[in-house]
Amino acid sequence: MIARWGLRIVALGYLAMLLLVPVGMILYHTFKDGFAPFWDAITQPDALHALRLTIEIALIVVPLNTIFGIIIAIMLVRHRVPGATLISAVLALPFALSPVVVGLALILTYGQTGWFGADLAREGVTVIFSLPGMVLATMFVSLPFVAREVMPVLREVGEEQEQAAATLGAGAFTTFRRITLPAIRWGVVYGVILATARCIGEYGAVAVVSGNVIGSSETATVYVNRSYESFDKQGAYSVAVVLALVALATVLLMTLFKPRSEA
Amino acid sequence: MAITALNVTKRFGDFVALDDVSIEIPDGSLTALLGPSGSGKSTLLRVIAGLETPDTGSVSLNGRDVTELPAHRRDIGFVFQHYAAFKHMTVARNIAFGLEIRKRPKDEIRRRVAELIELVHLDGLGDRYPSQLSGGQRQRMALARALAVEPEVLLLDEPFGALDARVRKDLRMWLRRLHDEVHVTTVIVTHDQEEAMEVADSVVVMHRGRIEQEGAPRELYDNPANRFVMSFVGPVSELGDALVRPHDIEIRHSPNGTTQSAVVERVVHLGFEVRVILTLENGEQLTAQLTRDEAASLGIEPGSSVFVRPRAARRFAEPEPA
Repeated sequence: MIARWGLRIVALGYLAMLLLVPVGMILYHTFKDGFAPFWDAITQPDALHALRLTIEIALIVVPLNTIFGIIIAIMLVRHRVPGATLISAVLALPFALSPVVVGLALILTYGQTGWFGADLAREGVTVIFSLPGMVLATMFVSLPFVAREVMPVLREVGEEQEQAAATLGAGAFTTFRRITLPAIRWGVVYGVILATARCIGEYGAVAVVSGNVIGSSETATVYVNRSYESFDKQGAYSVAVVLALVALATVLLMTLFKPRSEA
Repeated sequence: MAITALNVTKRFGDFVALDDVSIEIPDGSLTALLGPSGSGKSTLLRVIAGLETPDTGSVSLNGRDVTELPAHRRDIGFVFQHYAAFKHMTVARNIAFGLEIRKRPKDEIRRRVAELIELVHLDGLGDRYPSQLSGGQRQRMALARALAVEPEVLLLDEPFGALDARVRKDLRMWLRRLHDEVHVTTVIVTHDQEEAMEVADSVVVMHRGRIEQEGAPRELYDNPANRFVMSFVGPVSELGDALVRPHDIEIRHSPNGTTQSAVVERVVHLGFEVRVILTLENGEQLTAQLTRDEAASLGIEPGSSVFVRPRAARRFAEPEPA
């Protein structure tokens, strides 16, 4: 009995000190003078721009990574590709690699003095310190989510329904659209939610490649960090709260969808 | 439509699933591919369907070479052991799938689906999802789905294998009646000799990727080509180097020159049939099958000494390779 209570206190205390109290503190400091300062802070042009940029990046990155994720999942699970294990391992790299390293790697590849950054610059395309670089960085860090959510679902669903569709006259694309996609839809939804959360929360890689031009190449997370460092506490807390609310919504969506994906 | 497979070989890694198999299945027949697991029967069916590509050899349907044709262009119906129901679609949508793919007009689809639901006795269940059906109902839905497009051949891969014994027997009879109504060339894969014998006009016995024998059920039973076929299509007892059907063992109270003496070990009463397990002088065991009346008139009891003689026995030149 005592052991059980002890265990609960340790586990809940751990959660509280690490998560609930800090998040609660942000909420408290944001709203301690009421709603108006919060509203003013997040409707600042630079804050709005930062939030808009974050959403823009997510809107570009998530669909691309969803399509890519589904394709690579089908390739790895359904087709006998040589080196499938290696590809799977590479796919997990963004989980393991520090986002700062990702940012540096992108600069080395696409920067002015980078591997083909110079050629791109001559064509008038700047990748680093502008939107394409931030999109690339975000794509990299959120790459595996959809693929890794879809792969186990594909495996579990098995190939028989797809084969049945083929014997009934459905070609590859029709089979995908009418049989495979509905079967894996909850896996896709779950992957999309996770990828979206990762895109919105990404800081390290984006901070390295964005160049942090205020009102131009500043995402919400970068904005929070800069505001805090320049003593604009209300600005930092308010945008942080918006990010926290998005995260909360994500978690809620996930708990809503998870049981169905397992049904 | 006639199905022809010519010199088909298929390997999975080191395993030879089909070893130079040739077979011709006549138009309108109901043929069973019978064999133990790993005999290549399902692989042969899947090669005919286009779900597996043979390493060598060819497949033709009604004289048209389809070896290079993908499954979705072969005009076949296929029924899987585990139903392969489209879980996110209702029964009616499942059945309509092939017709929708073929872009048939909506009211034709509706009419055809209604007909098929009636044909497979799923009346009133059209709006259910597969998860709300029993195994037997799901398999009947899968059959209706396969028949909806009026396929030129119907291929069934252990269709009743996942069902319990009773449902299995019912569906078997029902499939036979269905075939007599619809007349579509049908191939059924099974490892159950009783199922094959009961349903099919013609049985093809497979073993280790080869065809051992093909013929009418009775012919296989009465004139098996080798030891394997004899022991696979029905029960056998060994008497020296000969194989005997249990009902071909005569039990007597007195010797007659061709008999061997034996001791009754066990008597099993199975209603009309009585199974007698005997031990010969050399220690070999064999099973004899008698009718109830025969057993009663002989008055056999465990421990009694009797004399046995095969009424008919077969000897095959080659011993069963290990």
